[in-house]
Amino acid sequence: MKYHHLLRPGDWMVLAAGGVTVASLALAFWFGAPGQRLVIKRGGHLFLETSLNHPRTIDVPGPLGTTRVEIEDKRARVLSDPGPRQLCVHQGWLSRAGQAAICLPNQVSVEITGRVKSYDSLNY
Amino acid sequence: MTASTIKLNASPEDHRIARMAALAIGLTLMEAALPSPLPGVKPGLANIVTLLVLKQHGMRTAAWVSALRVVAGSLLLGSFLTPGFFLSAGGAMASLAVLWLAQRLPEQLFGAVSLSILAAFAHIAGQMAIVYFWLIPTSGVLYLTPVFAAAALVFGLVNGLVAAHLLATPLPATVSEEPA
Repeated sequence: MKYHHLLRPGDWMVLAAGGVTVASLALAFWFGAPGQRLVIKRGGHLFLETSLNHPRTIDVPGPLGTTRVEIEDKRARVLSDPGPRQLCVHQGWLSRAGQAAICLPNQVSVEITGRVKSYDSLNY
Repeated sequence: MTASTIKLNASPEDHRIARMAALAIGLTLMEAALPSPLPGVKPGLANIVTLLVLKQHGMRTAAWVSALRVVAGSLLLGSFLTPGFFLSAGGAMASLAVLWLAQRLPEQLFGAVSLSILAAFAHIAGQMAIVYFWLIPTSGVLYLTPVFAAAALVFGLVNGLVAAHLLATPLPATVSEEPA
């Protein structure tokens, strides 16, 4: 059975536009990883905002020394920190939006942000 | 004591709305029996009826048929005033709004298939909006958006082809002008 006579020129356009919409939605939601941006702050001020897609190592100078942040495989961690208790280093890999590691002695914080800012606490 | 009778005068349009709504409700019930891999992914066969009515009798009748289908269909399925009912009502309203706009497109260029695909996308957009802003406000639901959009494209195309075919060769039993 032939269907071509049922489709008018504009129908093909709508069909193509629909296909593009589906493809771009898939790209946006599936290939643009959930937590995509990394925000590094020093002393409460923005030091660097960067994508998680490109592996790199960042040195953040603080009052005690250098905090080293590593980005790899769409996640990030504090590789080394001069702080005495190493809490932010032990935090390990951060991969989802809202996760954060804070190196308080060296005044450096590392946080992953997503499209939507999710809650960090809820009260009832 | 005289028997009192209440007489409702049903116009031919009322008959037409009732008949087409019955058809749409029948399709909705049939469809509810079909297994679906993912809740919310349905062919939406009743939209074929909405399209036919829109093309043949205009927006007003189509809106009536669609509204009756949503309300009566949910009563029969036992989902009246459940989240599912609001999802289907929201989807129906969104797609009616888009159909209202899309019917102004030049008819020799954009046929029933265009209307069907646009309505299907509007339907899913309306439903996602309700899910996201009211029922499940987490971004996890949005993760499924591409699946729903793909389903809207496929079923929109199929329903549109069916509607275009029926419009090209009207079936006297379903789309006749006068009640039998």
